[in-house]
Amino acid sequence: MSKKTITFKILRQDGPNQQSYWETFVIPYLPNSNVISCLMDIQKNPINSEGKKVRPVVWECNCLEEVCGTCTMVINGKTRQSCSALIDKLMQPITLQPLSKFPVVRDLAVDRSRMFEALKRVKAWVPMDGYHDLGPGDKILPDHQGVAYKLSECMTCGCCVEACPQYSRDNDFLGAAAISQARLFNMHPTGKLIANERLDSLMDDGGIAACGNAQNCVEVCPKSIPLTESIAEMGRQSSKRFWKTLFQI
Amino acid sequence: MAKQRTIVVGGGLAGLAATMKIAEQGMSVLLVSFLPVKRSHSVCAQGGINGAVNIKGEGDSPEIHFYDTVKGGDFLGHQPLCKDMCYHAPFIIYLLDRMGVPFNRTSEGNLDFRRFGGTLHHRTAFSGATTGQQLLYALDEQVRRYEVEGLVEKIEWHEYLGAVQDADGKCVGAVIQNLRTGDIRAERGDAVVLATGGPGVVYGRSTNSVVCTGTATTSAYLQGAKYGNGEFIQIHPTAVPGRDKLRLMSESARGEGGRVWVPRKANDQRNPKEILAEERLYFLEEKYPRFGNLVPRDVGAREIYDICVNQGLGIHGDMKVYLDLTHHSREFLDRRLGGILEIYEKFTGVDPREEPMEIFPAVHYSMGGIWTDYTRTADGFIDHQSPRNQMTSMEGLYAAGEADYQYHGANRLGANSLLSCIYTGLMMGPGIVNYIKNQKESADDLPSSLFDQAQQQWQEKFNNIKKMNGTENPYKLHAELSETMMSNVLIVRDNARLAATVAKIDEYDERWKEVECVDTSDWTNPVPSFVNQLYNMIQLSKVIAKGALLRDEFRGAHYKPEFEINQPSDFKPESFPEYTKLKAEGGLKENSFKPDHLKYMRLYEESNEKWLKSSIATFNGKGPDINYEAVDTSLIQPRPRKYD
Repeated sequence: MSKKTITFKILRQDGPNQQSYWETFVIPYLPNSNVISCLMDIQKNPINSEGKKVRPVVWECNCLEEVCGTCTMVINGKTRQSCSALIDKLMQPITLQPLSKFPVVRDLAVDRSRMFEALKRVKAWVPMDGYHDLGPGDKILPDHQGVAYKLSECMTCGCCVEACPQYSRDNDFLGAAAISQARLFNMHPTGKLIANERLDSLMDDGGIAACGNAQNCVEVCPKSIPLTESIAEMGRQSSKRFWKTLFQI
Repeated sequence: MAKQRTIVVGGGLAGLAATMKIAEQGMSVLLVSFLPVKRSHSVCAQGGINGAVNIKGEGDSPEIHFYDTVKGGDFLGHQPLCKDMCYHAPFIIYLLDRMGVPFNRTSEGNLDFRRFGGTLHHRTAFSGATTGQQLLYALDEQVRRYEVEGLVEKIEWHEYLGAVQDADGKCVGAVIQNLRTGDIRAERGDAVVLATGGPGVVYGRSTNSVVCTGTATTSAYLQGAKYGNGEFIQIHPTAVPGRDKLRLMSESARGEGGRVWVPRKANDQRNPKEILAEERLYFLEEKYPRFGNLVPRDVGAREIYDICVNQGLGIHGDMKVYLDLTHHSREFLDRRLGGILEIYEKFTGVDPREEPMEIFPAVHYSMGGIWTDYTRTADGFIDHQSPRNQMTSMEGLYAAGEADYQYHGANRLGANSLLSCIYTGLMMGPGIVNYIKNQKESADDLPSSLFDQAQQQWQEKFNNIKKMNGTENPYKLHAELSETMMSNVLIVRDNARLAATVAKIDEYDERWKEVECVDTSDWTNPVPSFVNQLYNMIQLSKVIAKGALLRDEFRGAHYKPEFEINQPSDFKPESFPEYTKLKAEGGLKENSFKPDHLKYMRLYEESNEKWLKSSIATFNGKGPDINYEAVDTSLIQPRPRKYD
């Protein structure tokens, strides 16, 4: 295989209700490239493989070190961050597609607002008395911190829901990321004060019952968050609440 | 009076801290962000946040933190602000703890602290090696709570273009652009906060995120706000080279015992693990026995530059040195540094738990930024009720976080940036609410013509940008600008090259007029926005380069060898206060100190009289006029720095 050039096949779309189309770009190979550095090269010289000058490809990115979650796309059929997709490790031609579970904004940029709305539904925060000086929080043992930290690394990037067979554009499933955040806050010493409110959202339509246990989410999570463990744990907490509520009536 | 509100621009730590503090007081906030706030650049901060909680019983205190901070900044920081920040730091860490930040813990369940640069104490609270991400998420969650309650309206995918000013020049709103529709509109706001971060993208590849163009603060400067200490750009000693970005390798790697070294023999081609201990030059440990690998960043970056460029000892002759953690167990490294080691491995293919990392210095942070004000109390703290706090020289326009300029002087200490972001955001809240309550009329009561006019001005500007049909690709022109800045306004600075750079930037300014707007479509088109950002980056480069050219001294990150005053190796910094005291009392004699010490102190004093000042840039219609303002150094007397 010649290493002189890199070939990209990019699924483009001019706007939300437009027809999508494939466009091919062949750019010079440079060592240590990743998908984003190549998209930047295309920006500097936006000419497609037919030699036609076109509009530069639109995509989203920010931190470029796989910690902000912005640049998720489908690369060679796999959902992942484009910053950490190193060219030397990818088969060519490299196909780039927008995430399929969200409305396309333009080209590779999609609208993931639904994921942030899901965080509101599960009340993913710690209720507080105020931001004035109230001294330190509770003591927390290192093992507990280790579990919380892992869950807290979720960057709302969308990989888990892109890979999920139950999450679709026409339902309202919360998705693994939000369920896992509910677990994170239910284990926090003050976060758990509104644990039942979170469980009620999880037991509502589009909640935890919508999970089909395909386990794709945990496979694709770039931060190796134990998402299936989180779903199982929240399932347990929800059933407990269900039976408790039932017998109170 | 109609309803009043604050507009906060920027959803990083400073912007979110300001938003939640203002909302807590019942005041509405319109939060404007380029990206979903959870994706802001604050996520990139790795190592931790400083606060003298003294968990290790080392006798640490906020006063020592304060001293380390102003010494680290080579005494150019504004002392009442630095003091107030350091005294509030333990409270801020406790607040974050209560918010649910999963800070690492000691075996007893207390917050754990680690070492960082420029101090001898364990003062840095941390959450693995993704502390910035964890802090940002905690603040994001609090703001989401207020959003649900209806006190905060968050609009993402919008860019700040400029301030709306009334007839007296007071800021009464902001012009923003919807990055999807391209629509430009003027929002009314009784106060506007710029919490828009730093300008690393001016240098092209840096440790900064793509959005860190400094456009918003530069826009304020172009509208007449003063810009302070622009020339002070921090170069982080340890980053990982990349084509699109120079990825940060956190100072916490050294805080946890990471050792920096090069082979003693130039161009040694062996695998680093085959090089024996006695064949390795641990140059920071040798030269700085007290601080070792944890010297402040300006010192570390200069030493790496010296080893690689002047002594030719960089790895394989390149501008790279080893950062070695291989003496620690995998378990220890994963628990305390996991995030950054995974990133290193992902991007380089090398496991840093097994092989020493190859790192080099990269542009990281701007100590300078928009000039902001404050009100001090008699005992040297800050009056938190004062509307002057964090207000720019444009009334009603505020700045916070990396966008401001007074906290870090000539060089910021590691883990003080997360602190200053959250501190400024929280501290300014009460003053802003007071400012708004004191207004005679609300922005909502002002005639709409004022806002229509501002909107139209920007609409016209963008119409013109879209019509630009020259020969310059804006992304290529940016690459040239950043190459020039990177080559000439970095670690070692020289007047002849700086003068040439200033002239070169003027050429870029001319060439900008020849830009082609390579995409003129209306929907989600980032090109017109980038063309505008590029214009602002060119203007800000002038501030940085001219400020560097005019400042004829060596202070912190601003190193001009030509003006370096050589410190005698046996000199003690405490001699300087003695010298000034003797001098003031009339008791100074030629034999009061060793002759070379006396000579050194006289030169140091003379240089400080001239240069211990903030440089203040104001836009004159073409470029910056630069003047100098006094710094409040009344709490800790400035003295020569020493870390060996």
